[in-house]
Amino acid sequence: MEFMKNGKRIDDRLPNELRPIKFEVGALERADGSCYVEHGGNKIMAAVYGPRAVHPRHLQQANRAIIRYRYNMASFSVEERRRPGPDRRSVEISKVSRQAIDPVIIKEFYPRSTIDIFVEILQADAGTRSAGINAASVALADAGVPMRGLISSCAVGKVDDTVVLDLVKEEDNYGQADMPVAMDVRTGEVTLLQMDGHLTLDEFEQALELSKIGCASIADMQREALIRKYRGKEDE
Amino acid sequence: MNDVIAEIKRDYIYELAKRSERADGRALDEYRPIQVEVGLIGKAEGSARVKVGNTQVLVGVKIQPGEPFPDTPDTGVIITNVELVPLASPSFEPGPPDENAIELARVVDRGVRESGAIDLSELTLPDGKVWLIFIDVHVLDHDGNLMDAAALGALAALVHATKPCERYGYGPDAPLPIKESPIAVTAVDLDGEIMLDPSLDEETIASSKLTVISGLQGALAGMQKSGTGTLSVEEIARIVKLASSKAMQIRDDLFGGSTDG
Repeated sequence: MEFMKNGKRIDDRLPNELRPIKFEVGALERADGSCYVEHGGNKIMAAVYGPRAVHPRHLQQANRAIIRYRYNMASFSVEERRRPGPDRRSVEISKVSRQAIDPVIIKEFYPRSTIDIFVEILQADAGTRSAGINAASVALADAGVPMRGLISSCAVGKVDDTVVLDLVKEEDNYGQADMPVAMDVRTGEVTLLQMDGHLTLDEFEQALELSKIGCASIADMQREALIRKYRGKEDE
Repeated sequence: MNDVIAEIKRDYIYELAKRSERADGRALDEYRPIQVEVGLIGKAEGSARVKVGNTQVLVGVKIQPGEPFPDTPDTGVIITNVELVPLASPSFEPGPPDENAIELARVVDRGVRESGAIDLSELTLPDGKVWLIFIDVHVLDHDGNLMDAAALGALAALVHATKPCERYGYGPDAPLPIKESPIAVTAVDLDGEIMLDPSLDEETIASSKLTVISGLQGALAGMQKSGTGTLSVEEIARIVKLASSKAMQIRDDLFGGSTDG
């Protein structure tokens, strides 16, 4: 498969170009905070409940809130129907996503409580964990959960020996490497890093740099989305 | 994996880290002694017991003919599982694999798969079936850094495995088509000091760790950060460089630089 033609990718993007991204803050009524994101072909809804009481109670911590994160793919979100319920992939993604968000949440404010984050992948087109983290981060802010910063995430990878930003499905499936990264852009602290495929050390450094740029653009969009909803509401 | 640690021990380890020292006297980039024994389990097509210090894992590889996945009819199948059995640690509980076991298994699997350690296209059989390779990691003693031990065990067991062709009427037994030698190196960062092969205590107090899997040429085949802490871009770059060269050294020591050792 040929991925690069005249410096452009299969969907006509440049190597360092993100797909179109749209955040909608507060898309759900009942949740304490929510965010719907469209990221290329991904359609993802994130909701935050809490801080609220922990069930089962033995999970509660005396000095801080616990964070729970559920990444779930809808059975209709992919080409071939997938069996509903958690599989091994989604258990792992839930874990690393939780750990990507956890460092910025000020958990000490809410002892004995839980903050539950639910991320539903309604339509999947590569980079769902990153887009899910982006939405979850905005949903947390929408819920008023105190945080030290916003977490932004994007994937970088390699196709036709070119390091590229924000892979689409074909690039992800048939490309040479895929590396999702999440960070707090303001501090530059990386909270999620995974990689599979083949990267030389030079390519890895390029990829990491590129992910910084990608995350920074996404952080701007997250902030703008929040400002759009809350501008002028400071006094309410 | 949720072991508790006394605050005094935590302080001690951090104090040592400031002087670039470790509680067990190792250099920061030094592994505990690694021991690999292969072929302990006669009933398995390949097996390896790996000890990294007191950490101990047993990996069994079972190989049998079966149906390929419908979307990849011409390639063999790798299935990796990790059991964190309760005998290995007071913090492990019986029951189906939890998220730690699943993460461990998937990182080991990615290392084998993405590095191209096994040429899966050579695993087809004349009757339309393919070889199914089951890599089962049984953790026996958890004293830190299960990731590297499990990945090493998987590689060693695969390298020494034989396809049971005779038993199923496919001609004489043969080794697996091994093409790469992925080695996992895990690092933690304590107060800016990068430590390889974290002990259980170091792992427990470190807020995050990074596993880097690299192949024969030093190129990266897989990575996984785990834990709720953060790492700076510079720290990550340092760890990756260090891990890639350490992997070369481990490979040379254990396999004499080639995969057919």
